[in-house]
Amino acid sequence: MTAFLTGLLRLRRGPWELLASCLIGLGVFMLMQPFVLWAFTWSFLVTLTGTVMFIITSHFPE
Amino acid sequence: MADTPIDRLARATPSSLARRVRGLSDRAIAWVFVTPTILLLLAINIFPLIWTVRLSFTNFAANKPNAEVKWVGLRNYTRILTDPDIWQTMQATAHFLFWTLLFQVVIGFSLAWLINRKFRGNDLLTTLIVLPMMLSPAVVGNFWTFLYEPQIGLFNYAVEFFTGIPASSFSMLGSVTLAPWSIVIADTWMWTPFVMLICLAGLRSIPDYIYEAAEVDRASKWRQFWTMTVPMVLPFLMLAVLFRGIENFKMFDLVVQLTGGGPGSTTLLTSIELKREAFEKWRTGYSSAYAIILFVTVFGLASIYVKALNKVKER
Repeated sequence: MTAFLTGLLRLRRGPWELLASCLIGLGVFMLMQPFVLWAFTWSFLVTLTGTVMFIITSHFPE
Repeated sequence: MADTPIDRLARATPSSLARRVRGLSDRAIAWVFVTPTILLLLAINIFPLIWTVRLSFTNFAANKPNAEVKWVGLRNYTRILTDPDIWQTMQATAHFLFWTLLFQVVIGFSLAWLINRKFRGNDLLTTLIVLPMMLSPAVVGNFWTFLYEPQIGLFNYAVEFFTGIPASSFSMLGSVTLAPWSIVIADTWMWTPFVMLICLAGLRSIPDYIYEAAEVDRASKWRQFWTMTVPMVLPFLMLAVLFRGIENFKMFDLVVQLTGGGPGSTTLLTSIELKREAFEKWRTGYSSAYAIILFVTVFGLASIYVKALNKVKER
């Protein structure tokens, strides 16, 4: 956990990509889940944030 | 020396042009070759994408090209993302996507595992299994419509034979609970051979000496399967899931032919709904926003998937 947070603070690719991937996964789940409408409403924003973050952070140093 | 076509082409090139090309660096020549492809990509991929993004913020209707186009900001997006009917289509797509991928991977891998063994008639069996994949989705849709007929369909009679449920007592395409499964079954039938072929390529790429070494070390068949076969086939399997996932996310023809989105909207997938919004209701701005939402979802998923695939390949 400490290594993950240090990686985030030092702008390292691994932890930031992991965070972006989690956001994309969460966004897709929110988009397709059958439970609550508000999650569907906010799903696109979460997926978009994750996708843009993924594109940017994949250019960070290892 | 023989006069080759290249020699003839060189002689036919005007001397002024030949002088100009001869003066170019390797880098410049590379650009000369690549530029047409880049221009084509920009024209048929990037420009329509940017144009769709622009349209998604307007109330443009393609059937009224002369009407005034108003900038509506995020209204199209908020309408889509608060619409319970669109939410319903997303759930139908999720059901279709999840179960088709699961069945295709499990059955496709099992078939590949069986076909990979050497036996008489192996090639003939492979050809027969691959046949459904070669058919047109429209043909497969029609074919399964007949199979699902409650009165004359072979599918219902097969169910009756195995379970005892009377063939005419249920309709796969007419029932709200069975219709989503009917499209899953038809798609699985059609596309499992594709997954099987990719898995087969993976299985055949594993050298025999690895298994021989495992035999020498007295590794059980079960252990060989989980510690050697599965990890070595995994990149191929992931590639098959990526291809099928993207294809099924935009599945249209097979489902339209089978159920047309019905009964009600139980099999109304996102692609069918998108087509209706764009080309039946002519709400181009609204459908552009819908397309962008789907694009971002597929793009995001494909990005993390390709990353995971590269990591698996590096192992």
